[in-house]
This record gives sequence, C-alpha cells and structure tokens, in this order.
Amino acid sequence: MSVNSLEALFIQKRQLGKKCLIPFLPGGYPDKKKFWELLFSMDRCGADIIEIGVPFSDPVADGPVVEKASNICLENNISLSWILDELKSNRDKLNSEIVLMGYCNPFFKYGWEKLAKDAKKAGVSGIIVADLPLEESMDIRTLLTEHHISLIYLIGLNTSLHRMEKYAKVAQGFVYFVSVLGTTGARDNLPKELQDKLIEAKKIFPKPLAIGFGIKSPSQTKEIEQWVDGIVFGSSLIEHIDRYKEVETFFNNWK
Amino acid sequence: MKKSYFGEFGGQFVPELLMPPLIELEEAYEQIVGSTEFKEEFNNILKDYVGRPTPLTFCKNLSKELGFNLWLKREDLAHTGAHKINNTIGQALLTKYMGKKNLVAETGAGQHGVATATAAALLGLKCIVFMGAKDVKRQAPNVKRMELLGAEVRPVYSSTQTLKDAINEALRYWISHQKDTHYCLGSVVGPHPFPSLVRDFQAVIGKEVKQEFLKKNNKLPDHIIACVGGGSNAMGIFYEFIKHKEVKLTGVEAAGTGTPNCYHSATLNKGSLGILHGTKTYLLQTNEGQILPSHSVAPGLDYPGVGPEHAYLKDTKRAEYKSVNDDQALYAFRLLSEKEGIIPALESSHALAWALSLKNKVPSDYNVVVNLSGRGDKDLNIVFGNIE
Repeated sequence: MSVNSLEALFIQKRQLGKKCLIPFLPGGYPDKKKFWELLFSMDRCGADIIEIGVPFSDPVADGPVVEKASNICLENNISLSWILDELKSNRDKLNSEIVLMGYCNPFFKYGWEKLAKDAKKAGVSGIIVADLPLEESMDIRTLLTEHHISLIYLIGLNTSLHRMEKYAKVAQGFVYFVSVLGTTGARDNLPKELQDKLIEAKKIFPKPLAIGFGIKSPSQTKEIEQWVDGIVFGSSLIEHIDRYKEVETFFNNWK
Repeated sequence: MKKSYFGEFGGQFVPELLMPPLIELEEAYEQIVGSTEFKEEFNNILKDYVGRPTPLTFCKNLSKELGFNLWLKREDLAHTGAHKINNTIGQALLTKYMGKKNLVAETGAGQHGVATATAAALLGLKCIVFMGAKDVKRQAPNVKRMELLGAEVRPVYSSTQTLKDAINEALRYWISHQKDTHYCLGSVVGPHPFPSLVRDFQAVIGKEVKQEFLKKNNKLPDHIIACVGGGSNAMGIFYEFIKHKEVKLTGVEAAGTGTPNCYHSATLNKGSLGILHGTKTYLLQTNEGQILPSHSVAPGLDYPGVGPEHAYLKDTKRAEYKSVNDDQALYAFRLLSEKEGIIPALESSHALAWALSLKNKVPSDYNVVVNLSGRGDKDLNIVFGNIE
C-alpha cells in the first residue's frame, strides 16, 4: 500500500527539520463567509494540515472555548453537509491537507459510508472522531480505508503501553497525542509526565505523532519538540481570532 | 453479542482518555460486585439504612373503581424518597472497594444528586454534583439538601443548562480526576458498564416484587408498569421478570404537553438511533444528529436519550413503550393522593396514568404492579403552578 498523503507530508516536513502546523477551526466559524477567508489565510500562512471541526451539541472532549464556538456554528446552521459541499467547491484552492474532526453522532446520522464517499470527493484525507475509541472503531476504520481516508486515533497520558501497542497496529495517517488529562483549551503549563509518555509513544508508534489540547505558544513545546512531528492548536487560535479577527500574526509566532 | 452491547445498542463511545477508568470500572464490576463480601455489605445497608424491602401495597379503593387489581411497589418509602438511593449506595460502596475517595455525579431535578450526596455522607466520600444552571434555580430545595449533606453543587451554564449538560460536565470532570474519583452516573445510560451496573443495583426492586407477590398471591403479576426517562426504575423492576414471558412489561414515557411538535421526552416512541453520552440508543435529535432539548412536567423524565437495554427490549418486543402527556400524569397524581393517601412523584404518575387507561380493557382478576418510583412532595410547586 502506498504511503498516504498525510504520512507523506510528515515525512517531507521531517526532512526539512520542521513540524507540521495543524490549526483547528470549527466549520463555519465565526460565520460562513469569514470562515473561508480565515481558512485561505491559514493555508497561505503555513498551515500544513487544517482540521475542520464538525460542530456537535454535546462535545464532551472540549473545553469552554471550543464548545462555545461550536454552539455559534450550530446557531449559524452549520452542518456536516454544508462543510462537505463547500469544501468540494473550494478544495483545489487549498494547499493544506484537510482533516475533519468531530463526534460520532453527526457522522453516524450522516451515515459512515456516505461520509467516506463524500469526504473523499471533498478532498478530505483523514477523520478524527473524539468519542470513538479503539474498541468501537474497527468497522468504521475498514469503511474509511476503502475510500482512502485515514481514521486518526487519539491517545493520551493515561493510555497504557498495552493499549498503545494495540493502537499502533491500526493507526493511520498520524497519531494525535492529547497532552493533558482533560478537555481542549489552552493551558499555561503542560504536565510534567508528558515528556516520558511521549518518549514511550514514539518508540511504539511507527506513524507520526502530533500533539494537541492545551497548546498555547511555541515556548511550551520547546522541551518536547524532538519527540513530536506536528502541533495542533484550537482553543488558542479561536481566542486569537475572536480578539484580532485574523490569523497571520498567530501563525507568525509559530514559524 | 459483545458484552458492552444489548443487541445493537450500548457500547463505549467515549474519548480514549475515559477508556482506562471505564476498563477499571468494568473489572471492579466483574470482580467486586458479585463477591460475597460486597453483596453482604450492600444488602445490610439496603436493609438497615435505606429501609428495604419496601412494601407492595394493594390499592383497595382504586382497584374497586378501576375493575382490576392495582398494586404499588413503594420505592417512595425508601430513604430519600425514591429508588435512586439503591444505585448510589451500590456505586458509593463500590467506590470504597476500589480505593477511591471522591464521587462526582450529575443531577437534573436533584433526586440523584441528593441520593449521591447521602451515600457519600454515609460512606465518608467527598461529593461534587454538577447541575444545569436552570435546574439549580428550579430545584432550589434540592440544592440546599445536597449542601446540607456535605456535597458541593456546581452549576453548569453551557448549552441548555439542564441534565444533558450536567452529564457532559461530569464526564469532563471525570476525565481529569479519574485517579481518585468515581463517576456515580444516575441512570441506566452512558457507556458500558454503567447500564448494566446501575440495572444490577436497581434489580432489587423487581426481586422484591416477585417474592412479595408470590407470597401474597401464590402466582406472578400479569403486568408491570414503570415510567421511563433514562429508565433506571423501569430496568430495576423489569429485570427479574424478563425471563417470565407471561408477565407483560410496559415502560411509560413523557409525551410533554401533548400538543403537536411540542418538546417531550418520549425517546423510544418518537426518537431515532444515535450516539450520546457514550452509548448507542434512541435519541431525540435533528436529522443532522444534533441533540434536541427535551421536556416533561416531571423533571426526572426530562432526558433526550434512554438506556440502551430499553432500546433492546423494545426492538425485541419483550417490553412495550407507551407515552402519556403532562395532563394525564397530573390527573393520576391527584387521583392517587385523594383515593389512596399516597402522593406520587410526577415521574411515577406517568406509569400510574397508563395503568388507569387499562380500565375496562382487562379482566377483574388482572394484577397490575406500578412502580411508584418516588414520592411527590418535591413536585408540589410544579403541580400547583400547573393546576392553579
């Protein structure tokens, strides 16, 4: 099997000695028009992979910033269909890889098979499902793989060696390492045990590791950067957008 | 069938960060809950503290009027005034056996919160209860009760500010405090093993009904009726009778005001399959999979999902699920108070209302047991707001 586009991108960045920058923005945030402006802007500013959030009414893995943003999107009638339709018509204007991130229910209601087909047509490379652990994922993973879409798994500080080994057997695209034992949202400090756990994960996973949840500024990731291949930022980016209505200055920080 | 599923319903749809505490709980469920030591301690507390077994009351006056035999399983007489205590004592005791020191719980109307705070006080555990900010206002006396019992009540301001949001917040809290905290979930919902664990702690209701009914009548009842929100009192009374196919089981959901397109809580009657709070079950949701607000005059039925085992009992046709509206429940509430001197919870009044509808439809020797899951003192404000 050929290396998928996500993995290829990580290899390419690694050769350049760089990390993949992975911004997360809920689809249609802060409004339908501004969302696309911001997306194109991030694409120009050096985003490697853009995670588009599929809003859900009950986002248990998210902290207050993403939850609030998600609710605003729902009030603006953003749906998975809207995201996929819009993406289909705009995809060729974007250089970044596109990944969807959301919760089971909106995907399930849409239909996993239809999702796999339509996401492929819209140029999506991977899907992250916040509430789909290994045990529930196998049929869905098979379905997505048939349409060349990676199911990107999340692991965390409390994932045992034994579970990591199980995940390593099925991981695709990249592995999303959740850096805090908590919900999304910028933290001032990352936990002390993070480094040891990352070293452990790096040994087990042949796939690239991206770190997310709690990341606020490049200074936080200095100590751990040798073990990670990508950095995801969501809440801190949303807060920046809320304040400055643009993303350029945010990305300048990370270059 | 996977052990985390009931047919196609159930499962563990949670963030990976919640899998380790769920696996830990599964192991505790398998190893501790069945042990002689645990069972003995649990049963002793149920007997000496909760006041079990609760009576099975024959409704003399109403039976005459209805033309069949109406019995009530008196969970309203259990300590704290509802069946909720069976589950919280079980989970709090399990928490101690697991070596954890804290409980976190969600509550809607406050009944499960009060029952959790009570069990925590008894067993020397710290307790935090998340409650939707709207519910904190609507159910102020229960907030005071929880605080008096030593629990900390944390209002939840997100989304609809009701039960489903309190569950979200409790799950979030559990993610970051899993090491020393157990999540004491209040109904037969949520990810595996909660639906089975809560059912097992509530199953004492059905066991007692069977024993007492056999003693009094030398046979089994014909029909068991219970209200269903999440469905813990119904699973509790149904479970022992599932194997007795001749006993009819009816779950009663809340139809809300009953006007077309009103908000309601009749998930099994009007919902569709989806995934919420870790479990695959019937939900009230939009075509896009967004969860809809629910409504019932009975705060304890106000939940947009339902236990996965009920979904299974419905699809396999072992149980039937009906709904009654707010007015029918309020009528039953008044009727039982006037005719039998028992003020039922509005939740239980839904089950009772369905029993009333059997008048002239069943023979005179037909025996119906209604699970009177709680007492109605807590509902006086709602009732008098509605009636006067």
